[in-house]
Amino acid sequence: MSNPQHLQYTKEHEWLTAAEAGVSTVGITKHAADALGDIVYVQLPEVGDAVTAGETCGELESTKSVSDLYSPVTGEVVEVNQDVLDDNSLVNSAPFEGGWLFKVRVESTDELLSADEYDALTNPQG
Amino acid sequence: MSSLRLTALDALHRALGATMTDFAGWDMPLRYGSEREEHLAVRTQAGLFDLSHMGEITVTGPQAGEMLDHALVGFVSALGVLRARYTMICAEDGGILDDLIVYRLREDAFLVVANASNAQLVLDELIARAKGFDAVVTDDRDTYALIAVQGPESTAILAKTTEADLPGLKYYAILPAQVAGRDVLLARTGYTGEDGFEIFCNPGDAEAIWQALTGAGEGHGLVPCGLSCRDTLRLEAGMPLYGHELSTDLTPFDAGLGRVVRFDKTTNDGAFVGRKALEKAAAEAEANPPRVLVGLVSEGKRVPRAEYTVVSTDGAPIGRITSGAPSPTLGKPIAIAYVDAAHAAPGTTVAVDVRGKHEPVQVVALPFYKRAR
Repeated sequence: MSNPQHLQYTKEHEWLTAAEAGVSTVGITKHAADALGDIVYVQLPEVGDAVTAGETCGELESTKSVSDLYSPVTGEVVEVNQDVLDDNSLVNSAPFEGGWLFKVRVESTDELLSADEYDALTNPQG
Repeated sequence: MSSLRLTALDALHRALGATMTDFAGWDMPLRYGSEREEHLAVRTQAGLFDLSHMGEITVTGPQAGEMLDHALVGFVSALGVLRARYTMICAEDGGILDDLIVYRLREDAFLVVANASNAQLVLDELIARAKGFDAVVTDDRDTYALIAVQGPESTAILAKTTEADLPGLKYYAILPAQVAGRDVLLARTGYTGEDGFEIFCNPGDAEAIWQALTGAGEGHGLVPCGLSCRDTLRLEAGMPLYGHELSTDLTPFDAGLGRVVRFDKTTNDGAFVGRKALEKAAAEAEANPPRVLVGLVSEGKRVPRAEYTVVSTDGAPIGRITSGAPSPTLGKPIAIAYVDAAHAAPGTTVAVDVRGKHEPVQVVALPFYKRAR
């Protein structure tokens, strides 16, 4: 699988970087982006919003479906990816890189999955 | 454990890396890559589809035409040999059981193509409705695979694989022909709003034909296309989809398709299944039009989707969405909806309840897209 080892994951298919100066970056996984198909609308929290681990904080809409975006952590949003708002296809083309969604000053996290655990979740046959 | 039916092209789809989906019990390609790019390829160049899930039923015999006149709402016996017609099968109460394409293969043989989700029902109904007629109804779902080439380049592509007279094959006509050296039924029909062909072939020949078309499509921009773009293509073209715009709760008149009901049939003394109820529905549609099927276009980015409620500008519910998607051609979300007649005029501003928020949309005439001829 293509899930980077240095990230942590949620069962709802978000990824999270290790905090740098207390700030982590959040996105959705390639698995999720592939399952959604072409993403046509991205709604993100705004800078300054408080987000809560496990609760919805936005939505992603593709040709075929609408999916809630869940925050993997509790904290305050400090930056959103304007490039993704301008060009939703970045989430499909580079979900782990240019397609990141927002940055959050982390107060607390729920239990997160390692890359190996997330691989096992999304690819049970191995 | 998967009990999904696989088409003859299944291995090819997997080799092409398709995302598969369960569609009416069939494991079908949803998309191969980007559904938006597949959609645009069909609009500007060409796309190749596996439609083997469609339900083929053959009706043969001296009274095959009369039998179909009795069973369907169309005037099937009046159809010329090697011509096709869009029609419907209704229940006694006038409700739509399915929409169909009927091809007249010979004087005494018709090919009926039903939606995959309704094929068994249509087969059962046709067998029941054939009683008393000198006609035989045959389940040919496993007899044919169905491959479609759709888009402005489709004639040029297909011409490299067949000697058939393609310019002579009119829209809504069919011809026994050879494609890639294999016997097929070659029809100029489709569900994309573009020029194109549908190829009914032996399942054992499907892979060879697909590969020949793929080769012929090089330099013409041909790409394999999944059901996801087929849905957005038909939506832009304003074509109804059973289970969305059409259902047993609606008559053809409710769906704005009363023209398919041929009260002027002369066979069987004009009698056909559902006639009485449909005459009533026609009168009602004339006198007191029910909700009207309209197009909606949004200036926003959020997509009005099937089952969302249409509301007036003051927030009162006035209709419901039957299909909606981001339109790759228009670059805006579009939808088809049943709305109260008072709000159905093109240019009317209404709104759609998109998960609690009212997004303004404008009523437009269907279709959203019409190809230049």
